[in-house]
Amino acid sequence: MQYKSQAVAMPYFIAAIGLFVGQIIFGLIMGLQYIIGDFLFPAIPFNIARMVHTNLLIVWLLFGFMGAAYYMVPEEAETELASPKLALGLFWIFLVAGALTIVGYLLVPYETLAEMTGNNILATMGREFLEQPLITKVGIVVVVLGFLFNISLTVLKGRKTAVSMVLLLGLWGLAIFFLFSFYNPDNLVRDKFYWWWVVHLWVEGVWELIMAALLAFVLIKVTGVDREVIEKWLYVIITLALVTGIIGTGHHYFWIGAPEYWQWWGSIFSALEPLPFFAMTVFAFNMVNRRRREHPNKAAVLWALGTGVMAFLGAGVWGFLHTLAPVNYFTHGSQITAAHGHMAFYGAYVMVVLTIISYAMPILRGRAANPERAQVLEMWAFWLMTVGMVFITLFLTAAGILQVWLQRVSDTPMSYMATQDQLMLFYWMREWAGVMFFVGLLCYLVSFFVKGGTATPARA
Amino acid sequence: MSGVFTKAMARNIFYGGSVFFFLLFLALTFDTERELPNRDNRAELTESAKAGKHIWETRNCIGCHTLLGEGAYFAPELGNVYERRGPEFIKAWIQAQPTGAPGRRQMPQFHLTDEELDELVAFFKYTNGINTANWPPNIEG
Ligand code: HEM
Ligand code: HEM
Ligand SMILES: [Fe+2]
Repeated sequence: MQYKSQAVAMPYFIAAIGLFVGQIIFGLIMGLQYIIGDFLFPAIPFNIARMVHTNLLIVWLLFGFMGAAYYMVPEEAETELASPKLALGLFWIFLVAGALTIVGYLLVPYETLAEMTGNNILATMGREFLEQPLITKVGIVVVVLGFLFNISLTVLKGRKTAVSMVLLLGLWGLAIFFLFSFYNPDNLVRDKFYWWWVVHLWVEGVWELIMAALLAFVLIKVTGVDREVIEKWLYVIITLALVTGIIGTGHHYFWIGAPEYWQWWGSIFSALEPLPFFAMTVFAFNMVNRRRREHPNKAAVLWALGTGVMAFLGAGVWGFLHTLAPVNYFTHGSQITAAHGHMAFYGAYVMVVLTIISYAMPILRGRAANPERAQVLEMWAFWLMTVGMVFITLFLTAAGILQVWLQRVSDTPMSYMATQDQLMLFYWMREWAGVMFFVGLLCYLVSFFVKGGTATPARA
Repeated sequence: MSGVFTKAMARNIFYGGSVFFFLLFLALTFDTERELPNRDNRAELTESAKAGKHIWETRNCIGCHTLLGEGAYFAPELGNVYERRGPEFIKAWIQAQPTGAPGRRQMPQFHLTDEELDELVAFFKYTNGINTANWPPNIEG
């Protein structure tokens, strides 16, 4: 660790991993509810489990991004973090607020929670992914602004690299687009239209900047390739991301009441959205092939390469699969959407956060890389989780194709519920693939505690 | 990635391209807002329908159902439920939950008043009238 203040990243990473475990447990609960409909009802209805699953995902990724920034920015700026105390204070605020929100979901009826937390003053709740109570949303804004203030100040007083500028831009964009979560017009079409300014412009916009910056940072460190080369790639990737992704928002405007020209704008631009993900894959492999050093942290290199491949598959290939309007007409809101959502989130954002954790955590613990045995276990975790996710995606895709066929294409369409009964085999297989994913996650946890062998000393 | 293409050039293309396409997006948004009155069924967005949307949100219906194809995939599409089932069925259905049928997916009991049920129905009627370019492909959603 070059700068003392980088140490504040550690609690962020630990919290991220902890919440990740919670997310997956609720995923498995829902996977079972898909098959055994009354499982845990009425203690945990499906909609509550889903909120917990998706909100934990978003919150732990935010913890991951913030931890990553606290780790990277001092090193990029070549100066200590402006205020490590602020970073630590915000950590506890965010953790407590997040935990209280989840406990609220689980223990308080949602409409009571809404009443208790000011939803009648400004109604923002009850929309997918933005279910958080008003006070939680305000809390997120406060924490993120404090965080941005801290790292922006650090960058301003130190060296300004392309990596840190792109990271900052992505994080500021994240904060700005989140503000649309406070806008909830009565008009459903307008509600949905601007809802995507948070969701789409995050994952297919500004988050790609964050992702590319994290990947670039780790690649500079583990390959030793010249920064100029890597930063040029970085700009090319994020150009492709925003040029395609902003207008690509239109792929969500086909069937919600917006004008029909969006079918053209959305199809054409979003069909190009795989390009930045493809470029990231080529980038990662290229840099590793041209490496000037053998970094002892093999696990981190594996995660970096895996991110490239899986993000391209999940976002690029599975995104393209259903993004053209004539296809989306049939697949919209089906299990195919769920298949894509899973692999894209995992391949891009879960994996990039695990990449930076894999690289930074050993250093934060005083060594360049973990002992051989710990790394081997971490690589097992990589394969189990990644292959598990590939299977989840394939089974959901199969379920989705059958669903679309029976319910939407057939001359004698079946009802939604009757169709679901036909998909049980695939839902069972998805659940088993989920168990495999969970075993991988447990291996991942254990890998942090494996000792023995020879750890590579710090500053190798 | 030859020597002539420098990092500064890449950076400038990034800023120029992003700003251009963001402005284009804003222009399209502006035009969308102009077109919406012809498509979004605002005539049926009554006070009652607005109250219905509030009930929809505060019970987190979107956590199980899709609405115009967005939401969760655990329970049927409701954007066209007004047409598929009609107002009386919708109200009776909500009141009868949960079915308690063993092994079947369960919907919670929300204890809605008659007035609240009417508001929800008004919301579904409004939603059903939005011009969705013929989506869903058939009545089953
Ligand atoms: C890492 C990047 C991405 C992530 C995390 C992601 C995630 C998601 C998620 C979670 C949804 C479901 C939203 C909902 O609940 O309504 C979704 C929908 C969709 N995504 Fe992505 N996505 C990514 C990239 C892409 C790309 C690059 C494309 C196109 C090439 C794409 C095409 C679509 C389409 C067409 C839908 C709508 C599906 C429907 O109509 O039901 N996505 N995405
Ligand atoms: C054991 C593994 C998992 C299982 C069994 C599982 C199961 C589920 C289920 C049943 C849903 C609800 C689908 C619906 O609305 O009907 C869901 C939603 C979702 N899960 Fe998972 N999940 C798992 C892991 C993950 C992981 C690792 C991620 C992130 C990388 C993730 C991200 C999401 C997202 C983004 C949604 C919303 C999807 C959408 O709106 O289209 N899940 N999950
Ligand atoms: Fe999108």
